[in-house]
Amino acid sequence: MDFYGINPAVLIASLMVASVPIMLAAIGELVVEKAGVLNLGVEGMMIMGAICGFITAVHSGSPLLGFLGGAAGGAVLSLVFILLTQVFLANQVATGLALTLFGLGLSSLLGQGYNGIKPPPTGVLPLGPLADIPFFGRVLFTHDWMVYGSIAVVAAVWAVLKYTRAGLILRAVGESHDAAHALGYKVVRIRVLAILFGGAMAGLGGAYVSLVRVPQWTDGITAGAGWIALAIVVFASWRPWRVLVGAYLFGGISVLQLNLQASNAFPIRIPVEYLAMSPYLITIIVLVIMSSGRGRASLNAPAALGQNFHASR
Amino acid sequence: MLILEKRPTPSRFWAWGTPFLAVILTMIAGGLMFAILGKDPFEAIRTIFWDPLFNAQFAAYSRPQLLVKAGPLILIAIGLSLGFRAGIWNIGAEGQYIMGAVCGAGVGLALYPLEAWFIFPLMVIAGAIGGLIWAMIPAILKTQFRTNEILVSLLLVYVAENILASMSLGLLRNPEGGGFPGSRNLGQYPSAANHELIAGTGMHWGVVAAFIAVIAAYILLQRHILGFQIKLAGQAPRAARFAGVSPNKLVILCMGISGALAGLAGLFEVAGPAGQISIDFNSGYGFTAIIVAFLGRLNPIGILLAGLLMALTYIGGELAQFMLGLPSAAIQAFQGMLLFFLLAVDLLSNYRIRFPLLMKEAR
Repeated sequence: MDFYGINPAVLIASLMVASVPIMLAAIGELVVEKAGVLNLGVEGMMIMGAICGFITAVHSGSPLLGFLGGAAGGAVLSLVFILLTQVFLANQVATGLALTLFGLGLSSLLGQGYNGIKPPPTGVLPLGPLADIPFFGRVLFTHDWMVYGSIAVVAAVWAVLKYTRAGLILRAVGESHDAAHALGYKVVRIRVLAILFGGAMAGLGGAYVSLVRVPQWTDGITAGAGWIALAIVVFASWRPWRVLVGAYLFGGISVLQLNLQASNAFPIRIPVEYLAMSPYLITIIVLVIMSSGRGRASLNAPAALGQNFHASR
Repeated sequence: MLILEKRPTPSRFWAWGTPFLAVILTMIAGGLMFAILGKDPFEAIRTIFWDPLFNAQFAAYSRPQLLVKAGPLILIAIGLSLGFRAGIWNIGAEGQYIMGAVCGAGVGLALYPLEAWFIFPLMVIAGAIGGLIWAMIPAILKTQFRTNEILVSLLLVYVAENILASMSLGLLRNPEGGGFPGSRNLGQYPSAANHELIAGTGMHWGVVAAFIAVIAAYILLQRHILGFQIKLAGQAPRAARFAGVSPNKLVILCMGISGALAGLAGLFEVAGPAGQISIDFNSGYGFTAIIVAFLGRLNPIGILLAGLLMALTYIGGELAQFMLGLPSAAIQAFQGMLLFFLLAVDLLSNYRIRFPLLMKEAR
């Protein structure tokens, strides 16, 4: 069952793998934004996660430790964001950009000497006979544990935000930090935890890029995935399950364009560069659709998004 | 513990003092980073900040380079600062820089090998228009559909990078280049080249344009109604609306100006120091200019000085790479650090820091 040399089962299976990094980064950023903080440093935290995870995995020989190292790398970089925006009350937009610029430089510095090395392979989770089911077995049950882990994270974030007291407090802080403060909640502490979670998730996503998706280290390996993750949060209108849909949509586009680069499907060959730019272009188009007209996603944004909180007022 | 107390008005002293404090703190933190990398921190700092200017052996080469590097940074940062002041975040200057270079060089290459006086001015116009159009995409999407300009302008950088790659492999590739990617060298095409104006100074048309931009921005902000509107929109958006300032008009104007200036910077770079369109032509000036704009406190004169300082870190960084084997990425991290410290110490101009415990003891 092939279409122009593209097998749909393989396509969907690789789409699920391709969407893991942006899904993780986006669900982390969703929590951060729900707490009323706009962290534009996702790209920087992702690439720090990519290099920290890569280095840990190469030296320990364990992909699991690699992913933990990646999450730690992203979280440590997010500490800088916490210090600047929560303690020094710096502008969140500028600090996020600084985080990305710094992360790109530092990751390239740390990554010196790691070019061309292969990380330890992350194995497929053995699911026994499930993988033998025709079509669905190939699509759903031939993945590494991170693919299922990322979906579990989305489910967990959804459940926590919707059904728990902690989720309610987090959303309250994001909607009106002054009201939450008046009720006695520790606004800064809650935001710090949210930012750390976002950093760890972005780092985890970055580690997935360098350990599974590309399995190698090159400078700038995340190639804008962090910015796409930020766009997916807007696309998702700050709703967790839509993050999953968005990530699959963009994972699908990036896999499809890679497949088209390899296949001779069309009578007119589209140059590789135009295919390579398509995920970014489609992200922009989706942003436009979501931001305009009836589907105005921005109406759903947390009310205190991007505003700093200072208790003495 | 320390307590922050909001100042009734921002401190004038710290408004000017913070950039200097940030530079000193960055030197200390950067020195630590260099020490971790196994280099003598004092030697590294001296190589970056002192030797390019005053070392007899290198200064003759380095000093002209200062203007060559500072030119595009200042030009782009001036444009960005207007938008930043009004709360319009054009983060995609890198893409506008690339598109300016592609469009400008495209005009020059299309006219090759014609020799005429009008070719270079035509390229300059094409470069500005290229950057302008690229910046109009996020601007129009913002005004028409309320799309976030930060994300759109940034995503367009990746699109522009792919267009650049496609151009240097396809349409603009040098037909006599033996199949290698990259265009003809504009430096060897007299009517299109952006040569040094005064030999040995590094001064080319891009640097002249940067100085003009500084003066124009200064006058605009101090004397012109548009400058007043930009400042008002940034400080009090509601008041600006009541005063009849159209936010949409400001978005289009600020994005347009910054896009055109970034495009100009790209054109001057491709016709001068870089010489040709190639896959890795862009060198991050568009992103570094963001740091320059903030370091200069969004003030034209400040940006002029900040641009020169940032250019110094580039040149000193190259020198340190050559002399001490310091990795080039260390300089990028160093520049990122500078922005961190700047944002952190900015606190001092808006807040007073009190130490209640210490004061109690003093009593």
